[in-house]
Amino acid sequence: MAKLELRNVVKQFGDVTVCNGVNLDVEEGQMICLIGASGAGKSTLLRCINLLEHIEDGEIFLDGEDIAIPGLDPQAARKKIGMVFQNFNLFPHMTALENAMLAPRRVYRKSRLDLEGDVRSLFTRFGLADRMKNYPDQLSGGQQQRVAIIRALAMRPEVMLFDEITSALDPQLVGEVLDVLLQLKNQGMTMVLATHEMQFARQAADKICFLKDGKIIEEGTPDQIFGAPKHFATKEFLARALK
Amino acid sequence: MTRRELFEQRQKRRSILIAATSTLLVLVAVVVFIPMTPGWEKVQKSFFNLAVLTKTLPKLIDAFQFNVMIFLWSAPLIAILGLLVALARDAKSPAMFPLRILGAAFTDVFRGVPVILTVYLIGFGIPGLGLPRPWNSPYIWGSVALILTYSAYVAEIFRAGIDSVHPSQRSAALSLGLSERQVMWDVILPQAVRNVVPSQMNMLIALQKDVSLLSFIGPVEIFRQAGVFKSLLANFTPYVGAAIIFLIVTVPATRYADYLLARQSKERS
Repeated sequence: MAKLELRNVVKQFGDVTVCNGVNLDVEEGQMICLIGASGAGKSTLLRCINLLEHIEDGEIFLDGEDIAIPGLDPQAARKKIGMVFQNFNLFPHMTALENAMLAPRRVYRKSRLDLEGDVRSLFTRFGLADRMKNYPDQLSGGQQQRVAIIRALAMRPEVMLFDEITSALDPQLVGEVLDVLLQLKNQGMTMVLATHEMQFARQAADKICFLKDGKIIEEGTPDQIFGAPKHFATKEFLARALK
Repeated sequence: MTRRELFEQRQKRRSILIAATSTLLVLVAVVVFIPMTPGWEKVQKSFFNLAVLTKTLPKLIDAFQFNVMIFLWSAPLIAILGLLVALARDAKSPAMFPLRILGAAFTDVFRGVPVILTVYLIGFGIPGLGLPRPWNSPYIWGSVALILTYSAYVAEIFRAGIDSVHPSQRSAALSLGLSERQVMWDVILPQAVRNVVPSQMNMLIALQKDVSLLSFIGPVEIFRQAGVFKSLLANFTPYVGAAIIFLIVTVPATRYADYLLARQSKERS
């Protein structure tokens, strides 16, 4: 049984079908990269997995249990699925440390004292121990994005979703964030990324899914997708993306 | 000095000169022409009478304490009620539908009726029910009228503040497993309130002035006291005195609100 399974996921905004019957299996500890042009439905698919979008049809299984059943409390699933966004979305009125502690404090009703050691070690691990007391606007983009990752990890999620998390960064800051992803992969985190970082996807992903018009039209290992794409659309996209 | 610096210095000197000249011209016009009007002497005697001013000012300041008192107990209640109405109007669950309707009706009614009318209707109407002391006090019901009216405006400002927080903040907070209520209290509201502090400052200043409307239903606050002096001394100077007292309070407050607003727009850019 896969850790995360999507079956025929359909998402519409009005008349526009953004996800048009997506099927995807994510095994425990795998890193999956979703690639495709802007508007292909990568971000929306991630938001659907985290139940930030209500899906029109299909099932989303986490450990074999459908979390997208209408009427089910989405909070339970969101506790286990962390998400990081393109624009960091840190809470500007809180320090980095408070950002990371808010959710475990509220959701698990843990005290600051109980959490501090745990969260501090996350900051240390990702090289931000001296930045914990800073507010988001005092941090660089790369630092903010690492804080956002720490904030999600503080909930001890089983699956992490990353929505183009390096797209808003200056090129010289991309590396430090991608390094964090590699660290997480080595620790066995199950991850789904929407990304435009083709080099990174090629080197680090276990599986690449190419999306077009709300559908996964081709998937396979990085070698298969980058080395010998089958679909014309995949070839065309890669030719443009790798130029 | 370089040519550019010389040029800029000359420009600066020129604009200072122009500003000074035009100010002087306006002053001369005011000082020379207004006293030339036929009614000036009468106006001076009945509006700017120093003897009357010094005589009435202490009493006016005493009366102003009532304004301050009414303001001080109304303002926090307005903040609380305004916030509750704003939250009621933004409530999403279907069970809250009646609350949403009620909130909308509340803001529509109290923003739609002139303040003075609300003060009259509540200030005269409810004591008319024949309630025992102190529940027939015009101080209480006058304050209630102000609280209701101002809460309606304050609620709308809070709502605008809530809308001003980007939806991505909500997404991020929800994705962490927080409940809708936790998202509102821990993430949205702190930012929303901060965003609207300058606007709410302006509401406070307006409230401070509108406390004077209670004079129409009984309380002897500064405006009423000035009216009493006017009748007693057949002179309008007490009104000018009252205006001066208001300005002493409201001008610094207005300046401060403007400063907050300027700082905020600087932060955003």
